[in-house]
Amino acid sequence: MSDAAEVFTDYQERDGAELLRVSDLHAFYGESHILHGVDFDVKRGELVTLLGRNGAGRSTTLKAIMNMVGRRTGSIMINGAETLGMKPHRIPRLGIGYCPEERGIFSSLDVEENLLLPPTVRSGGMSIDEIYAMFPNLLERRRSQGTRLSGGEQQMLAMARILRTGARLLLLDEITEGLAPVIVQALGEVLVKLKERGMTIVLVEQNFRFAAPLADRHLVMEHGRIIEEIAAAELPSRRDHLNTLLGV
Amino acid sequence: MTMIFGVPLAVFMGQLMLGLINGAFYALLSLGLAVIFGLLKIVNFAHGAQYMLGAFAALLGLQYLGLDYWVALLLVPLVVGGLGMLIERFILRRIAHLDHLYGLLLTFGLALIFEGSLINLFGVSGSSYPTPAALQGGVNLGFMFLPTYRAWVLVAALGVCLATWFIIERTRLGAYLRAGTENPALMQAFGVNVPQLITLTYGFGVALAAFAGVLAAPLYPVSPTMGSSLLIVVFAVVVIGGMGSILGAIVTGLAMGLIEGLTKVYYPEAANTVIFLVMVVVLMLRPAGLFGKET
Repeated sequence: MSDAAEVFTDYQERDGAELLRVSDLHAFYGESHILHGVDFDVKRGELVTLLGRNGAGRSTTLKAIMNMVGRRTGSIMINGAETLGMKPHRIPRLGIGYCPEERGIFSSLDVEENLLLPPTVRSGGMSIDEIYAMFPNLLERRRSQGTRLSGGEQQMLAMARILRTGARLLLLDEITEGLAPVIVQALGEVLVKLKERGMTIVLVEQNFRFAAPLADRHLVMEHGRIIEEIAAAELPSRRDHLNTLLGV
Repeated sequence: MTMIFGVPLAVFMGQLMLGLINGAFYALLSLGLAVIFGLLKIVNFAHGAQYMLGAFAALLGLQYLGLDYWVALLLVPLVVGGLGMLIERFILRRIAHLDHLYGLLLTFGLALIFEGSLINLFGVSGSSYPTPAALQGGVNLGFMFLPTYRAWVLVAALGVCLATWFIIERTRLGAYLRAGTENPALMQAFGVNVPQLITLTYGFGVALAAFAGVLAAPLYPVSPTMGSSLLIVVFAVVVIGGMGSILGAIVTGLAMGLIEGLTKVYYPEAANTVIFLVMVVVLMLRPAGLFGKET
């Protein structure tokens, strides 16, 4: 176990090494077949977006990686380890932080309890002071009930609590949804800082204008598949094509 | 002699004391039910039987193994709680995905099996468990005589209730429990082993019942049916306090014991029904219970 773990660590620390590889992923909720063979990979330090219309399967892809959907087939390699057979609580311990679309702030916990809730999965997470420096609002309201925060503050909290755990791969689902432009801008600055820290990020996003300047690559989903991959450098020339795909 | 509304002070205080003792048991048992209901969403109908198993295990341990009261007080909750964990792991978990009504039926069936088996082996007539030597006798407080063992029961039950409240409301483990109650799937996505948390929680709730059983053994006749009669009242207490509220379970348990005690003083005929009357009134005015959250 310890040998294998060291190999993974070495592997992960190399910039540009493959951190996540999803191959031919199918996912089902009961009888409904949601993902139809999703293929993509994410390299260490990259920020990749999953774009697409509602119902294209972007959120389900993140949930499938976390083993939060029903049945799955195919392959999900994290740090070179196959995770398809892993129990849900084992997957975050590979160094993954998940921020759900509905934010998942716990109403029976105050802000600081929410922040301290997720167990540490790896060493090297941000300290509570660093987190409060990054999100000063949370410090002010640390004794408030979690769900009494504004939508933007709740989103900050949902992000902040997975930064403490030492996760190196962040799966962020629609973090700008329904938030005021000034908050969206603040979240963008946070993502830039996280990238500077070497975090790898998969971002499910509706707000393309938010995602465009941040991402290294964009993956476009439709009907439960990745139908297009666009690198940041290709973006200017393929903008119209992308707009057609997204229906905007 | 001092009289309180026409009742001698000693009688009044004596009944109040009895009510408080009963209330302590209501609190311990409804607390266990609330903890289990919070995370498992199952109404644990086996709770009375598990309380009875606690008292019985103490009795049998004394008779056959010579385990004294203090050892039993520590050991029996662990053993019966362990049995509870096995029940959760191998029986309740299999039906966890079904409607929670099935969990209620299943635990009800288990309660009947435990009760029936022990009736078969030992009959329904109760046996008495000797009061431990260190807690015999009592003190005269001037206005009433306070048996040492009853004072101990009150202290021990309240101590365990408050410790449980502290763990759940003020510690990290308790935060896991509260969060797991709200959103178990997200807790798994944070790396918390929720199935294990559920097993431990059920075991803990059962251990609370068994602890109450050991405390009760020197006070009440130890018989296979001692739990089922008590459980009905405890369910009424839980309904009054509000399902799943920790503090509500404790406060309501004590309050209902006191109300029962007071009714015994002034209108003994209603003593056995007064809690149900309160339940009816609470259900009509605040259906979620005094401490429950309206949903």
